[in-house]
Amino acid sequence: MTEPPQQHYLELSENPVQFEHASSVNNVFFDEANKQVFAVRSGGATGVVVKGPDDKSSVAFRMDDKGEVKCIKFSIGNKILAVQRTSKSVDFINFIPDYPHTEFSQECKTKNANVLGFCWTNWNEIVFITDQGIEFYQVFPDKRSLKLLKNQSINVNWYQYCPETAVILLSTTVQGNILQPFAFRNGTMSKMSKFEIELPVIPKPAKLSLSERDIAMATIYGQLYVMYLKHHSRTANSPSAEVVLYHLPREGACKKSHVLKLNTTGKFALNIVDNLVVVHHQSSQTSLIFDIKLKEPDCAVNTHQPVLPARSIHPYRMPLAGPAVVPSQPPVPCQLYSSSWSVFQPDIIISASEGYLWYLQVKLHPTVNLLQDKGKLMDFLLRRRDCKMVILSVCSQILEGGDKGSLPVVATVFDKLNQVYKEYLEAEQSYTVAMESGPSRGSAAQKRPVRTQAVIDQSDMYTHVLSSFTERKEVSHKFVIAVLMEYIRSLNQHQITVQHYLYELVIKTLVQHNLFYMLHQFLQYHVLSDSKPLACLLLSLESTYPPAHQLSLDMLKRLSTANDEIVEVLLSKQQVLGALRFIRSVGGHDNVSARKFLDAARQTGDQMLFYTVFRSFQQRNQRLRGSPAFNPGEHCEEHVVHFKQLFGEQALMKPSTV
Amino acid sequence: MLMISPRMASAMQEKQYTPSLLSFFIYNPTFGPREGEEEKKILFYHPSDIEKNEKIRNVGLCEAIVQFTRTFCPTKPAKSLHTQKNRQFFFEPEDNFWIVMVVRNPMIEKPNKDGKPPTIEYQEEEILDTVYGAVVRQCYSMYKLFNGTFGRAMEAGGVELLTQKLEKFFYRYLQTLHLQSCDLLDVFGGISFFPLDKMTYLKIQSFVNRVEESLSLIKYTAFLYNDQLIWSGLEQDDMRILYKYLTTSLFPRHSEPELAGRDSPLRPEVAGNLLHYGRFLTGPTNLKDPEAKFRFPKIFVTAEDGYEELHLIVYKAMSAAACFMISASVELTRDFCEQLDGLVGPQLTLLASDICEQFTINRRISGPEKEPQFKFIYFNHMNLAEKSTIHMRKTASVCLTSVHPDLMKILGDINCDFARVDEDEEIIVKAMTDYWVVGKKSDQRELYVILNQKNANLIEVNEEVKRLCATQFNNIFFLD
Repeated sequence: MTEPPQQHYLELSENPVQFEHASSVNNVFFDEANKQVFAVRSGGATGVVVKGPDDKSSVAFRMDDKGEVKCIKFSIGNKILAVQRTSKSVDFINFIPDYPHTEFSQECKTKNANVLGFCWTNWNEIVFITDQGIEFYQVFPDKRSLKLLKNQSINVNWYQYCPETAVILLSTTVQGNILQPFAFRNGTMSKMSKFEIELPVIPKPAKLSLSERDIAMATIYGQLYVMYLKHHSRTANSPSAEVVLYHLPREGACKKSHVLKLNTTGKFALNIVDNLVVVHHQSSQTSLIFDIKLKEPDCAVNTHQPVLPARSIHPYRMPLAGPAVVPSQPPVPCQLYSSSWSVFQPDIIISASEGYLWYLQVKLHPTVNLLQDKGKLMDFLLRRRDCKMVILSVCSQILEGGDKGSLPVVATVFDKLNQVYKEYLEAEQSYTVAMESGPSRGSAAQKRPVRTQAVIDQSDMYTHVLSSFTERKEVSHKFVIAVLMEYIRSLNQHQITVQHYLYELVIKTLVQHNLFYMLHQFLQYHVLSDSKPLACLLLSLESTYPPAHQLSLDMLKRLSTANDEIVEVLLSKQQVLGALRFIRSVGGHDNVSARKFLDAARQTGDQMLFYTVFRSFQQRNQRLRGSPAFNPGEHCEEHVVHFKQLFGEQALMKPSTV
Repeated sequence: MLMISPRMASAMQEKQYTPSLLSFFIYNPTFGPREGEEEKKILFYHPSDIEKNEKIRNVGLCEAIVQFTRTFCPTKPAKSLHTQKNRQFFFEPEDNFWIVMVVRNPMIEKPNKDGKPPTIEYQEEEILDTVYGAVVRQCYSMYKLFNGTFGRAMEAGGVELLTQKLEKFFYRYLQTLHLQSCDLLDVFGGISFFPLDKMTYLKIQSFVNRVEESLSLIKYTAFLYNDQLIWSGLEQDDMRILYKYLTTSLFPRHSEPELAGRDSPLRPEVAGNLLHYGRFLTGPTNLKDPEAKFRFPKIFVTAEDGYEELHLIVYKAMSAAACFMISASVELTRDFCEQLDGLVGPQLTLLASDICEQFTINRRISGPEKEPQFKFIYFNHMNLAEKSTIHMRKTASVCLTSVHPDLMKILGDINCDFARVDEDEEIIVKAMTDYWVVGKKSDQRELYVILNQKNANLIEVNEEVKRLCATQFNNIFFLD
């Protein structure tokens, strides 16, 4: 049975780095630090072509053929090239303009030692790893010489280097399972605590039992781990292979932290993509992914099962390389999981025989249908880099269509999203507080929180999920309201202020279905929080639902910043006295526009009302200015005329003599 | 407006009689238009042991009064008839169907010397039309809640069925009328809402939505706590009468076993299962009983096309009660009830303890100083919300008030005044017993306050009420 194409959740990058494939005349090297592929033709005499992840890091040059190249690497920034041709020394060539280009060489200090390899830890710092220890040098390209900064004697079987953290891991002792890490930073070398890898079987007599191939280093979720591929053994009680992760903290002891169950045996290779551990299984031509943060409810602590069923990498077609590409020629399918593949950390796969370097990528869309437990799916997606659109599409999926989730599922998903959302808001807030209090006191460490794609805020949900969902005809309004309330509940539970447009969505849906009493109850319990926009929306509903008027006024009152609006509402209802009493009760009487009230009073046609309001303002004028007359700026002249017409000149309040 | 109420006359040896029900009948004049057929008009008559001719006479009299007064105002037929000894209330809930309630006026029996029969003084002004008019309307609403309209019974089985239904319903219902304790609250027919914080309220919403989703038969849900409403899926008017039924009839009947069984697990039979306190207040008392019947009371609520008939399932866990309403066309089975019990029981138990906890916290925060020393009644016509610090907890038999009936009468009077005009107003009354009674009306809200401040003057009373409004009603728009 062929799998549907969308089931492949791993793929090779579309634009691989292409290089001249390995052959008898062309040796290929890969530098994990700079991620550069070196194609060395005839020991360099006929050219060295360096291909990096981008054009800037790609270089081509020639060098003298001084023997077979064992290892070749640029220092960081392509400043200095180091080439190892013998087991005793490493040669250097300056690539800095205006510096002497002639090669210079450095022999390892330890007598009778063999150089196993070297690693650049900086643009001018290099570490030689020999079978008897490590030597840390500073390179002076201008003087064409090196200075030994530090060295350490130790028997070394093999080594590994993690460029991200500048940590070198040495395999020591006869069995090779005591690992000694060293960390490098700005000219200093520090020895980290060594640790032992538990071997499945202790060999007798002792012999090298831990292979370099079974150990890899990588950072996962910002932490350095040593991954040990523990093969199954018939003698020990382990039916299938597993990957054991050792957490390697900067300080403190290294601890066995996670066990990834592979549930099969055979040849494996490891990659790290988007903080996921990818385990390739050659014989089945499939890969598994593990997320060490995903808790397994039915497993012992920190034992993990694959997140998803095993799938092969998405089929890949190679465009025919070379200058003579015939356009009509179809691309040839690439043989995946080929034995010629080399896998490098964190996410690199190289086929030296074909001249390709790919980055392995995780495709999130196919995972949606492979992981039935939506809560677990959300946990998984929220930790991925490019997760936003996939998460939003999952949200839409559980609300609509045949795959509709039940309310508890919807609630779980909302809660998970809002947990991340809230953590971001809190970090943002504490950052703002720290910035406001001044960067003086040790708050240099305060970094502005990064907003990852996993932060799905209310406007994301509104735009991509909820607004279209509420408009779908085939979804029952009961479900729509339940979902909106569930989202609002979840936001409240996480103490996130709900934006008024969500409330408007609730109100719109309720009004559309004439569920005014429901709306009334929500407002009564302040589930829809007060805001001016909401109060105005309610006012607009008054004609279809009269109680909305009262609800709106209550809301404006509670806001306590909307006194002007209250006056407007009351005046528009011709409740002139009410408006006057209200403005007086909040102490705003002295500043209101008399004209506005007089206009409204006159409009009612109630002469006594007009009289009362007019006199009330005359009294105010008297109190404020010592005269009952209106200021010209108040534009009340026509009302004064009107008053005189109605009640006569003598009814006007006379300037008090007191 | 300032009024002085008459002093209450009281002497130890006098005997006071409260208002009581004299008769209650329902008739339809179109059912016996010809002479000699008058009895056919009468559909229900209480007390039933009255002689036939007297029934006919009384009905005829009412008919005549209604007809006669109609000539003065065809749009507003007579509502009540005041006589020295009693007062009659007329109500025509459906075309040509009349309900009449005759209430004997309260009276004082004064003993006479020399063995003469005691003098009886009727206090015909002491009872209020609004209160008892509301009682009659409530009688009809309650009948309609459980039986649908009169017209429906007529369609289904003619006069015979209607009289049967009336007999069955009112025989029991009239016994529960306690006319002596009817007051302003009956006029309002309000709903007491349970004060709750937003988060707990949302949890209840979530619970209701989930239950309605998993048990899709459920059409409407109402949620109450401590006999106070929190959520109603029913429309306001239906909820109003259902609330009345629940709080004055169903809940009080079930309160005693609950109080007794709080400490011991109520349902030892589910010990192996998730322990919960849920139980059915309507329907089966014990699910495990093989003889259990799965019959629930049926209620009628308004729907887009007239009315719909529903099963009423009331399920309670501790102080939380959920009413689930399911179309009456569905037959409810043991399976369904067990499913409901299994789903709702544990959740409702949890929710009840959540609410209780929140309530206690809120109480502690607000503290005793926020508890008003005022006696007041608040009512909002918009959402029917009522709040009274005058009334004690309602029980099946009586509705206890903590103030003298005279003061309650003043409240009723003020309410009548408010009903006459549309505008906001405020009335302050100094009662003879040193109480001040204040009534305020703002938009659709009414507030009645009783203050016991002997030497307070009008200004001080006004200030006091302002203070009350500021503390108790600061979150609503209530004009001073």
